[in-house]
Amino acid sequence: MEIMYVMLLVSLFLAVIFFISFIWANKSGQYDDDVTPGMRILYDDEEVVEEKPNNEKTKKEEWKK
Amino acid sequence: MEKIEVRYDNKIVKYFAYATIIWGITGMLVGLTAALQLAFPNFFNDYLGYKYLSFGRIRPLHTNAVIFAFVGNAIFTGVYYSLQRLLKTRMWSDKLSYINFWGWQLIILSAVITLPMGFTSSKEYAELEWPIDIAIALMWVTFGWNMFATILVRRVKHLYVAIWFYLGTFVTVAVLHIFNSFEIPIHFMKSYSWYSGVQDALVQWWYGHNAVAFFLTTPFLGLMYYFVPKAANRPIYSYKLSIIHFWALIFLYIWAGPHHLLYSSLPDWAQSLGVVFSIMLIAPSWGGMLNGLLTLRGAWDKVRDSAILKFYVVALTAYGMATFEGPLLSLKNVNSITHFTDWIVAHVHVGGLGWNGMLVFGMMYYLFPKLFKVKLYSESLANTHFWIATLGILLWTIPMYWAGFSQGLMWQEFNPDGTLAYPDFLSTVTVLKPFYIMRTFGGLIYIIGVFLMAYNLFKTGRSGVFSNDEVVQVTNTLEKNVKVKGEYWHKVIERKPVRLMVFSLIVIAIGGIVEIIPTMAVKSNIKKIAQVLPYTPLELEGRDIYIREGCVGCHSQMVRPLRFETERYGEYSKAGEFVYDHPFLWGSKRTGPDLAREGGLRSNSWHYSHMIMPKEISPGSIMPAYPWLAEDDLNTEYIEKKITVLQGLGVPYPEGFEKEALADLQTQANGIAESIIKDLSKKESNAQASDIAGKEIIAIIAYLQRLGTDIKAVPATEADVETSMK
Repeated sequence: MEIMYVMLLVSLFLAVIFFISFIWANKSGQYDDDVTPGMRILYDDEEVVEEKPNNEKTKKEEWKK
Repeated sequence: MEKIEVRYDNKIVKYFAYATIIWGITGMLVGLTAALQLAFPNFFNDYLGYKYLSFGRIRPLHTNAVIFAFVGNAIFTGVYYSLQRLLKTRMWSDKLSYINFWGWQLIILSAVITLPMGFTSSKEYAELEWPIDIAIALMWVTFGWNMFATILVRRVKHLYVAIWFYLGTFVTVAVLHIFNSFEIPIHFMKSYSWYSGVQDALVQWWYGHNAVAFFLTTPFLGLMYYFVPKAANRPIYSYKLSIIHFWALIFLYIWAGPHHLLYSSLPDWAQSLGVVFSIMLIAPSWGGMLNGLLTLRGAWDKVRDSAILKFYVVALTAYGMATFEGPLLSLKNVNSITHFTDWIVAHVHVGGLGWNGMLVFGMMYYLFPKLFKVKLYSESLANTHFWIATLGILLWTIPMYWAGFSQGLMWQEFNPDGTLAYPDFLSTVTVLKPFYIMRTFGGLIYIIGVFLMAYNLFKTGRSGVFSNDEVVQVTNTLEKNVKVKGEYWHKVIERKPVRLMVFSLIVIAIGGIVEIIPTMAVKSNIKKIAQVLPYTPLELEGRDIYIREGCVGCHSQMVRPLRFETERYGEYSKAGEFVYDHPFLWGSKRTGPDLAREGGLRSNSWHYSHMIMPKEISPGSIMPAYPWLAEDDLNTEYIEKKITVLQGLGVPYPEGFEKEALADLQTQANGIAESIIKDLSKKESNAQASDIAGKEIIAIIAYLQRLGTDIKAVPATEADVETSMK
């Protein structure tokens, strides 16, 4: 059952990738703040109204003519 | 602080959303067709009898369509929408985005064509043949490349937890897919798995389990962490918990695969490892579910008014149910009742219809008004959809739980004198008929709900205004916060796409080397059982027909070492019996009986008549008829190649055997044809052996008659059996 060793290696390989990413995340300060990220996503970005609208509706209307 | 103008790509999101809906409806209709075949077998199999719609071919089409087409496109929809907004930047490359979109649709289209034609590798959820496998790998890397590059050019320092789920998904699916797809081509649409028997089974279920974990679960958890807070306008209950949830989940999930092979010929310790990790998985899974549900604390009044939140609540509840049930099913005592029954099918559909389906619907109802800048066309129609879908799930799953449990117990039941209470397998199938009809009805109303959604979203789109780009002002917060060292590393990579690509290739190559080198070095050390010999050329061709027709979808070839199994089927299966099986065909569902010991039980002519019209031979059978097998000529064009490839994989055919293979095949076929004609001629006198010797049906009969006979011929010695168990 050498396939077991292969599977263990591959699974460990994945686990090591995960582990390295975890260390990176921790060291680079990803988890310094574990409260505000949850709130920050709730704010939508401020939308800019363009002068020349590039939308399908206009295309559709043009096409209808 | 200075504001920058950013254009989010909404067009790609819209494309993927449309694809999700279209493929979702398609995949579910295919599923409905399969359900109808089981509920009304007479109509479907005997009156229609199209080979392209045969259950064995339709089932993989259904699973592939709902997993990779419906759920796959939904993942892309949600990722492309949320990633841009979470990172405050447009996708790194529009080109890659659209290559990803069109490439993925082409892959799905090729699946829709090849699976009904019978081009399949037979490995569950990995049925597509090798050229499509390569295309999938390329498209997946395209997606990942675009995602990673987008992350590198982001304008926020912190990667929101959803993105971590997307990253985990990408990395793991890539490794799984590549590793499980090692196969040697025979021709453009046929290949043999590199691995054999037990080894193939282990790799397949390591893949199969993680396909559920990393394609149906982790990306959806990422979507959940974005769309549930957005729809409720509340932050996630505990951001800290979400981080723990992520890391715990991915570290535990990759080890649970062997729970699909309990009581099989897989070594015991590997089975136990799978069980332990499966039980541990309850913790992070429920952590995630509770985190999602508790986000709504203090906002349950919103759930009353919002169809979107209702969908999310049911999705999360279904996730909780399925992830509680999964570990329970991994317990050996529960598994011995439920495995191979409709219970597992119900379990999967709680996850599929409940968790994946409902989350996608909620996401679509959220996205369309956002994309088209308009209110949803009809909130009440969305509510109707919600109630119909929920009812559909209940009507689908409850009968199937009932069916699975009944059948599992019937298989185990003994009379006081020690004989099986239901020795006739068919009697444990015919009792399921009402459940199959109810399930079909449940599925039907679930699909009606999806049609309502499609109509509602179409009307929403018509009444709104869509812009290809959403132009917003964002603040770049990365520059001043990021550490100097990190900045240097980023700057170098992000400004130079070529270097980025080289870097990615190196990473992928390291992964490939880690995987391939051990595989090359592996030489099977499963102790061979002396009497187990390679298949004859005719049996090999028959086996390939068995694969083509999807027989493995309903028939297992794995007698578990349990008394009620050995009593019904004979000697339990041993690892050494499968060493020449490329791929393995153990199966995971018994809609029909196990076939591991089928050889020699019935006459050739019984099989012949049974294949053409099963219901005449066993009244009440729900097996489809296979009349075309008796009409179509066996294609022997590739037999030489097949033998050569198998020799290369270590199957001990004598040297030069490939040249004699065709003659050997014809001799065996003539023998079988003659025995059939001799039996049948009592009824119909005009048939001749030479008429049927060249047909496909002869090959499949040869294969069936071979199954399990090797160790029957001479009883295996104690020593043989011992070593094979290692």
